[in-house]
Amino acid sequence: MISPFEVIETIKMIQEEKLDIRTITMGISLLDCCDPDAGEACRKIYDKITGLASDLVRVGENIEREYGIPIINKRISVTPIALVAGSSGEENYVMFARAMEKAADEVGVNFIGGFSALVHKGYTTGDRRLIHSIPEALSSTKKVCSSVNVATTKAGINMDAVREMGLIIKEAARLTAGQGGLACAKLVVFANVPEDNPFMAGAFHGIGEPECVINVGVSGPGAIKSALEEVKGADFGVVAETIKKKAFKITRMGQLVAQEASKRLGVSFGIVDLSLAPTPSVGDSVAHILEEMGVEKCGAHGTTAALALLNDAVKKGGTMASSYVGGLSGAFIPVSEDAGMIDAVRCGALSLEKLEAMTCVCSVGLDMIAVPGGTSSDTISAIIADEIAIGVINNKTTAVRIIPSPGKEVGDIVEFGGLLGSGPVMKVSGYGSGEFIKRGGRIPAPIHSLSN
Amino acid sequence: MRAVITVIGKDRVGIIAGVSTILAGCNVNILDLSQTIMQDVFTMIMLVDISRSSVSFAGLSDSLDAKGRELELSVRIQHEDIFSSMHRI
Repeated sequence: MISPFEVIETIKMIQEEKLDIRTITMGISLLDCCDPDAGEACRKIYDKITGLASDLVRVGENIEREYGIPIINKRISVTPIALVAGSSGEENYVMFARAMEKAADEVGVNFIGGFSALVHKGYTTGDRRLIHSIPEALSSTKKVCSSVNVATTKAGINMDAVREMGLIIKEAARLTAGQGGLACAKLVVFANVPEDNPFMAGAFHGIGEPECVINVGVSGPGAIKSALEEVKGADFGVVAETIKKKAFKITRMGQLVAQEASKRLGVSFGIVDLSLAPTPSVGDSVAHILEEMGVEKCGAHGTTAALALLNDAVKKGGTMASSYVGGLSGAFIPVSEDAGMIDAVRCGALSLEKLEAMTCVCSVGLDMIAVPGGTSSDTISAIIADEIAIGVINNKTTAVRIIPSPGKEVGDIVEFGGLLGSGPVMKVSGYGSGEFIKRGGRIPAPIHSLSN
Repeated sequence: MRAVITVIGKDRVGIIAGVSTILAGCNVNILDLSQTIMQDVFTMIMLVDISRSSVSFAGLSDSLDAKGRELELSVRIQHEDIFSSMHRI
């Protein structure tokens, strides 16, 4: 029998340290929904999603109940819509977003990702139309998430797309000005986007994926922090070991839930994403783990090294716990979704520049960053370019989810609600980048020998 | 199918009786039981076989939860696999 201490440890991790399964995400291919008639394509999309995902929420709730582990979100990711809608003559793809939203409402999931385009080397007609439709699509739906991959290490950076995404983000913010620019919280610009990521807003069902798949994202920053509290003052070898062991246990839960969900739904098991995903609630913060390691406030010197250790140890511990690991896998540092990050920005410890440095060693990028509403599209594009360059050169995923919140100034707080939290508006450089962004074209793929 | 029932809270008369009466009524067999005081908190852990249970998992879980509220304790039932997958390779 399992020992009482082990039983209590598991229950404590769930009850007190807020361990949960962050998301069960069903990936669905829509490639067979292409149709010259856009209305017909939308009908096929709705039918396919509601057919395959009809039991997703119920199965998730049953697993939650039987295993006693909270499963916070049940979600759906689909084939990038630019690939599906491109077969139609339709120029405005908002109707596709509405079909996704209607299907998501029907099956009861809280987000559906995949209003996406992959333009790292250039645009197809479908890509161009999709990107133009993003502001309206995201402002006229609640659950639809969008992502655009503008660069890969093998293709380089599509700077035309980087420039355009600055304009698209500004327009999306303008259309949702009354909600602080909420549409931008559902839009991610990527480099080296993973095709099996279960986390929103960047999830989509990649073209190398099977017909239907279950991907699971775990969480558990609170459990890691709590484990580190027990090794106060110990050297970094002990810190890394402690994180690895806890990450192993956290990931085992993800593996169990993923296997069970895939079995019950009759859908193949894709991956477990090892990410430590914070929430705005106290005790669920990645920033607080870094502070537990000894930096006074997240953003102080030493933060990048602390995050590098954390990210690496989580991967090492988690990899052995799951048969298939994928997605983003690492630590997330979304500012508005992490109580410790919010505090650190408010007290001036954490700046956009330091966050950028942190993204060099962790899993995603500049995530859920609110900036002043007056920030120009060129500056937003330049922030994207910097972050994307980090991903391209370092052969890793990076992303930008930035919200130029209309009417807000540095120090104001933007409320997004729910898991998206509330973000303090951060300072951006007052110097312009217009001439740089105006050049357009592509930044060539980097060389990966002669590394220094 | 086996499940683990945990009872955590302040010690009082009738905890085991209360929980085991529900289990007997649902035709759930108790396989193992351990009880300890951890940091002044009464902790009871039961391994039970629910494969012949006369009620659904949800029904059993609700009954135990109601008993927990009555006794002012936390009573939860979870599938055994969550513990074995976390603590055993």
